[in-house]
Amino acid sequence: MNRLLTDTGVVFGRSARQTLRSKTALTFGMLQPLLFLALMGPLLARVDLRTGGTSWQAFVPGLLVQLSLLGGMFVGLGILVERQVGVIDRMRATPLHPAAPLLGRALRDVVQLVVQAALLVLLGVAFGLRAPIAGVLLGFVFVGLLSAALALLSYGLAMNVRTAPEFAAIANTAVLPLMLLAGLLLPMTLAPGWLDAASRAVPFRYTVDAVRHLYLGEYTDGTVLTGLAVTAGLTVIGLLGGLALFRRSGHTP
Amino acid sequence: MTPPVLDVQGLRRTFRLRSGTVHAVRGIDLTAGRGEILGVLGPNGAGKTTTVRMLATLLPPSGGRAVVAGRDLLADPAGVRARIGYVAQSGGLDPNCPVGEELVTQGRMHRLPRAEARARAAELAADLRLDDLLDRPTAALSGGQRRRLEIALGLVNRPEVLFLDEPTTGLDPGSRADLWDLVRRVRRDHGTTVLLTTHYLDEADALADRLVVVDAGAVVAEGTPAELKDRHGAATLQDAFLAITGRASDAPATV
Repeated sequence: MNRLLTDTGVVFGRSARQTLRSKTALTFGMLQPLLFLALMGPLLARVDLRTGGTSWQAFVPGLLVQLSLLGGMFVGLGILVERQVGVIDRMRATPLHPAAPLLGRALRDVVQLVVQAALLVLLGVAFGLRAPIAGVLLGFVFVGLLSAALALLSYGLAMNVRTAPEFAAIANTAVLPLMLLAGLLLPMTLAPGWLDAASRAVPFRYTVDAVRHLYLGEYTDGTVLTGLAVTAGLTVIGLLGGLALFRRSGHTP
Repeated sequence: MTPPVLDVQGLRRTFRLRSGTVHAVRGIDLTAGRGEILGVLGPNGAGKTTTVRMLATLLPPSGGRAVVAGRDLLADPAGVRARIGYVAQSGGLDPNCPVGEELVTQGRMHRLPRAEARARAAELAADLRLDDLLDRPTAALSGGQRRRLEIALGLVNRPEVLFLDEPTTGLDPGSRADLWDLVRRVRRDHGTTVLLTTHYLDEADALADRLVVVDAGAVVAEGTPAELKDRHGAATLQDAFLAITGRASDAPATV
């Protein structure tokens, strides 16, 4: 266990330095939520989203989950490149714990996405967001859990596809319906019954609803607890699934 | 007699593809003693890379057994990993990572404490003429410098066995000669056993103490370069290879 932690730390450090070296890494993935914040947020300022509170209190949580979704799902592209040039094999031929290359990278992604989420919230405040501090901080926990789940699965998938275009096709196909159905941009409180029902099949729906409640200062209601259970459940699935997929990739050429 | 550092018996690997079953390696035997340079010679597709990947614990064998650096490959893969260096044909460098950092991180992956990893990196950099390049991203290295770095990464843990998969493919003649010297020096200074795969006959002739010729996933001949030539009454390894496999190597004998 101790070894796993140390080894994960080594890979985390390596990955974090890669991110800090890359001038585009911090803005990449953040650009889309930023554009939505600046160019769509103001349109909603006088619209009643029927979530209670201001439109910003509903909109910014949606953007945070969008950031996590877009940022998390595509991290696999990075490991695909590393796999193809032999970095993963080089790590696997050392005594490093077999799970460390996966966990260290995912940890870097969680840190990166939570930092980006914090920047997004600060910008939201500049645009007019007002929300309780405790709610905002708890919201980052949800962002972190969701980012971990998606990053782990993304790496697992990327280790088991042949090419980057194949990976991108799968991730792109998944991301748009999930984003729309979860009610990230506009909440499902506006949806007709059938759409609201369909959206309940998408786990991110519960995450974003919970963060919206947190931004209203409602910390202990059923929505928050359900959201926490679903999001933490996703993290566990992501962890087990990601580890299984990562292990499997070591057994195929 | 000391036991062989590398003892491989009946190693097999099959791949199941949609198009059918491919027998990439069909039962390879090989041994190498301490400080020996063993050349695995064969045309592309002979199963050389698959064999090395199995011995470096990266691919589970379909059958057979192997002792690598005194550890059983199947029972103790972690023990094997701690005692080998593996340099893939693709090299495995992060293009944006500075040379020095790549060396230190490799030490950390071998579980050296931070200070020790830094000291080992400095030592290898000096030894392999990388010390002027430590701040340079690996993408900015020449082909020969890059190979030296990759080998330095493989030597971080002072391995008993160093696997070099096609180490000189794509290098210019000067860099190739340079790399041959380096491999000889590693063996001389540290008693490292080196297993290198190649499809260059001149490289096999010049560098290897002993050769294993593989073709279509099986060993077809074994011996020192001189023995192989004698056995087939051949003046050059090229002619011996032709006699053994019934065809010329698909690479030119000289560059």
